[in-house]
Amino acid sequence: MIRAFGYNEFLFLLSAVQWTLLLSAIAFIGGGIVGLFVALGRTSDVKPLRWLATGYIQVFQGTPLLMQLFLVFFGATVMGIDMSPWVAAALGLTLNTSAFLGEIWRGCIQSVPRGQWEAASALGLRYPGLMRYVILPQAVKVAVPPTVGYLVQVIKGTSLAAIIGFVELTRAGQIVNNATFQPFLVFGIVAAIYFALCWPLSLLSQRLEARYAAPTR
Amino acid sequence: MAVMSEPMSADVVIRMEGVQKWYDHFQVLKDIDLEVHRGERIVICGPSGSGKSTLIRCINQLERHQKGRITVNGVELGPHHRQLDTVRREVGMVFQSFNLFPHLTVLENCMLAPLKVRGVTKDEAKATAIRYLERVRIPEQADKYPGQLSGGQQQRVAIARSLCMNPKVMLFDEPTSALDPEMVKEVLDTMIGLAEDGMTMLCVTHEMGFAKSVAHRVIFMDRGEIVEQNTPEEFFTAPKSERTRSFLGQILAH
Repeated sequence: MIRAFGYNEFLFLLSAVQWTLLLSAIAFIGGGIVGLFVALGRTSDVKPLRWLATGYIQVFQGTPLLMQLFLVFFGATVMGIDMSPWVAAALGLTLNTSAFLGEIWRGCIQSVPRGQWEAASALGLRYPGLMRYVILPQAVKVAVPPTVGYLVQVIKGTSLAAIIGFVELTRAGQIVNNATFQPFLVFGIVAAIYFALCWPLSLLSQRLEARYAAPTR
Repeated sequence: MAVMSEPMSADVVIRMEGVQKWYDHFQVLKDIDLEVHRGERIVICGPSGSGKSTLIRCINQLERHQKGRITVNGVELGPHHRQLDTVRREVGMVFQSFNLFPHLTVLENCMLAPLKVRGVTKDEAKATAIRYLERVRIPEQADKYPGQLSGGQQQRVAIARSLCMNPKVMLFDEPTSALDPEMVKEVLDTMIGLAEDGMTMLCVTHEMGFAKSVAHRVIFMDRGEIVEQNTPEEFFTAPKSERTRSFLGQILAH
């Protein structure tokens, strides 16, 4: 039952892009929210919080993303939780993204000069206000280019969700390839679609970096 | 030229008793005893590394002391946040490197703490900010960002920003050391203006002219200790300690 690669197969690949994008968006937003707390933990004055955040980052940065997805997916089954590939992929990618964004943002927070913390503290601002009104607005400026750049990694990382059976772009490619047996063509197209998604983001990241590197207003 | 318009009162605003501080094994403050009266103006000088900045930074706990007691306006600084909050609201600080918030305009810099710490209304915060910007003579810069101002202007904004919290005490940590020479005077003039209004001031500075004309008391620190303290007249004409004499010899020689 070998079919030729035609328009329908191409459309099938294109429609799988939406799941790649949705999974990326969930991982990025969820990872961003958790990552903010990881970054705050990493820069905290409270030692146990700092250790906890550091350990979290090291575990997720020191193991392959694929193993993390396996552990979430099969771990849930072992614990008797019936977890769909969807939820497992979203959860695994969120955790992974949060660790990397947390570490990127730690650097951005620490790049704000010590004097800013001191001036805000001396004015009586406590930690939440100091962070919200003084430190984070300055850290965000530094954080935007690397964060947009990291979004590229997140999009590419979603391809691993194919292995636990979640049908996104890569998995759709495997399915089409199984039917057409034209791996070079099929995976070439899949790669080209990834490139079309990621390249503009890379360009944007570079442009933002150039803009923020310019002297302050 | 001497500013002696308002006499200082008898009540003590800041009291330090047996304050000690270490960085690892290095002792930066050795058994500091100090009383600052309301309306009093003190200049602290000494060689670099003598602990003078650390001393004033302990008053608002940017640095924590490990031994001894510090009381500000009747509140003893302890491990609790509430006391620290109270003290920081009453104590303003001006830094060597200005430390204005670069992402906020001059006006917003001045309004932030009154809005978020004191909880005043926006109109009130703005009115206060403009009043103090006029006082430091740069109301026309209110809508600019700190990066657009000269160093002297930035430091005057920093003084206005502190004053907006209506502090009882102002701490100055080498406020003119990072300035180009032609801008030192505008900042010192602003500080003299504050002194004339009776503000309680602790200034770490090497501006001996300022010390002579404004200070009630000059304190000389060396190696973490208060070596000598006296009125400016006595301090500069008849220093008692050998260390003070050699320090004054170095900074007044040229």
